[in-house]
Amino acid sequence: MPPTTNTAATSLHSETVTKDEPKDLAAFSCPLPLPARERILLGHGSGGKLSADLLRDVFLPALSNPVLDRLEDQAVVSFNGVRLAITTDSFVVKPLFFRGGDIGSLAVHGTINDLAMGGAEPLWLSAAFILEEGLPIETLRRVVASMQQAGANAGVQIVTGDTKVVEKGSADGLFINTTGIGRVRDGVSLSASQAKPGDVILISGYLGDHGIAILAEREGLQFETQVKSDSAALYTLVACLLDATHEVRCLRDPTRGGLSSTLNEFAVSSQVGMELDETSIPVREEVRGACEMLGLDPLYVANEGKLVAIVAPSAAPTALRALQSHPLGKDAAIIGRVTQEHPRLVVMRTPLGTTRIVDMLSGDQLPRIC
Amino acid sequence: MKYLDEYRDARIARALAAEIRQRSTRPWVLMEICGGQTHTLMRYGIDDLLGDSVQLVHGPGCPVCVTPLETIDRAIALARRPDVTLVSYGDMLRVPGSDTDLFHVKAEGGDVRIVYSPTDAVQLARSQPDRKVVFFAIGFETTAPAHAMAVLQAERLGLRNFSLLVSHVLVPPAIRTLLHSPKNRVQGFIAPGHVCTVVGCREYEDLVREFRVPIVVGGFEPLDLLEAIRMLVIQLEEGRAEVENQYVRSVQYEGNRPAQEAVARVFEVSDRKWRGIGPIPESGLCLKEKYAAFDADRLFDLAGISSQEPAECIAAEVLLGHKKPTDCTAFGTRCTPDKPLGAPMVSSEGACAAYYQYRRHLVTL
Repeated sequence: MPPTTNTAATSLHSETVTKDEPKDLAAFSCPLPLPARERILLGHGSGGKLSADLLRDVFLPALSNPVLDRLEDQAVVSFNGVRLAITTDSFVVKPLFFRGGDIGSLAVHGTINDLAMGGAEPLWLSAAFILEEGLPIETLRRVVASMQQAGANAGVQIVTGDTKVVEKGSADGLFINTTGIGRVRDGVSLSASQAKPGDVILISGYLGDHGIAILAEREGLQFETQVKSDSAALYTLVACLLDATHEVRCLRDPTRGGLSSTLNEFAVSSQVGMELDETSIPVREEVRGACEMLGLDPLYVANEGKLVAIVAPSAAPTALRALQSHPLGKDAAIIGRVTQEHPRLVVMRTPLGTTRIVDMLSGDQLPRIC
Repeated sequence: MKYLDEYRDARIARALAAEIRQRSTRPWVLMEICGGQTHTLMRYGIDDLLGDSVQLVHGPGCPVCVTPLETIDRAIALARRPDVTLVSYGDMLRVPGSDTDLFHVKAEGGDVRIVYSPTDAVQLARSQPDRKVVFFAIGFETTAPAHAMAVLQAERLGLRNFSLLVSHVLVPPAIRTLLHSPKNRVQGFIAPGHVCTVVGCREYEDLVREFRVPIVVGGFEPLDLLEAIRMLVIQLEEGRAEVENQYVRSVQYEGNRPAQEAVARVFEVSDRKWRGIGPIPESGLCLKEKYAAFDADRLFDLAGISSQEPAECIAAEVLLGHKKPTDCTAFGTRCTPDKPLGAPMVSSEGACAAYYQYRRHLVTL
């Protein structure tokens, strides 16, 4: 199967060949660039391979610079000797309100967490709203109140903002962009490229709660115990971890694309392998059940209040204790280690003692037919 | 997880594997038919657990994989029509047709929806009477009853804007084709449990008699598959060939009568083309004349669409168990799930895709 971009070119090519009948096909070259037929698919926003393709093919060629090229979830820049972290994120979640949160609290937590994963204390946020004509003002009021609450709880102020309104049908109720600035803690330098063979992989709690809560709301699914989104601001948990040990190498919150995407990114950036132990990965019964029913894998489901940490082997027990001492990390666990073998691949030991690959998703996870 | 964790117990799995290794006096070649079973075998590395005691080859039972290229092109043509809403199971959207896939058609403005149940498509047709809603009805005997129910429901509601693009295939004719092949090396089959939940075990008796090959109806969890393999090995070692049912918690010998009746009301057996294998006589289902008004193939002029498969793919040999995915020179290099050359790589339940997704760390590419 040829890639779709080539198909039109091939037919164009052969038309010309018939007309001119050149004998030497090798000497023939197509004078036209390939027609730009590729379009944005929903999968380009999934945080998987398609998102990486966009970065590589569209954004980086045009915008490349040393800070951006590091491809961390936050940029770290120095200004008058102070290291600042900057990050931005847009929120388009549907439905706007769900068990455990809403688009407002998510927009605050998401950006705070991207700063925190760079070891930065979040200081200020901006908030930009794209509103769809016809949105009830009461809805907006609820969302803004929730943002205020989330910011206040995390000790962060929203200090600037913007509002745009688009015609009915041009947006889905309400989209929010937040940008955050934070100060990186002294002596802390975290990066996806620092994992070393032997390092230990930790997760701060149960996986998949946010994604399943959203899906349940969207599909109208009922479970015996309702799953709540884990949406939370993680800076205090990060501070607790960084206070306990200086040997944290990588930190990231496994949001869209889930744990598997985060670990695959670490493995590629650090040129190492990873080995997970399936039985040690914390997933709630309800989330496992929902995933089983919907044909999804919890390792690919989004989280909004969890972190993955890679720490030096000697620091692992301290790091685990530090995470567990915090309410947001009480279910933290060691789930695997970094390996020299199979570089750039994340492999998981199954309960049967065999191994399998945990791959990066191409686009969105799709429900299987049977 | 209640009702599932029992079938994933590591201690019992290792004991079953040890018993299979001990009982097996030669490397019996066994085939699981269903893509869901292939998925479990690869995901849990069950082939690793068994070592050389049996050789597992993987059957043609991934419905997404065996849906012919031209049927996908027909679905794409329908989705491009401004008056049509094309409704499908999720994993069909990524399968490439001749020049694009349904995800791209959606991005170009085509109205393509994903549902979990065909009756959701009926509801959609009801709620938007000015749109022609076509459900892409693919699958084996398992999904046929739900598709039949959707047609019956649409008939009862008097809907004139609902139809099925049917690409239904049947398991026993495919097993027959495989056993007739001079290159066949499969000595025992794990029959697909979900298919048998609907149709029962009777049809497999004929195959056992005709070809003297043991068939065990198996489930989809690791212990189901290990137990089915054990039952096959015992039959082979004892020189027996019978139909046995491992998946008793779901499959009854007679199957599900009301489901069979619904299928018989709406569908009839027809010749079908299988992607990667080719045409197999009487190996599929099509809508009966009485339900022609629900048949997208007849309602829309799709007959003109025919497509050719790329030649390099060894899909037929993989789907018939002659070769393993890793025997293919293109595996993992020129053929990956992102750029599949043929049938077994297009869906996550295809044998090649399952090897690629879960096992390529154990293969030298």
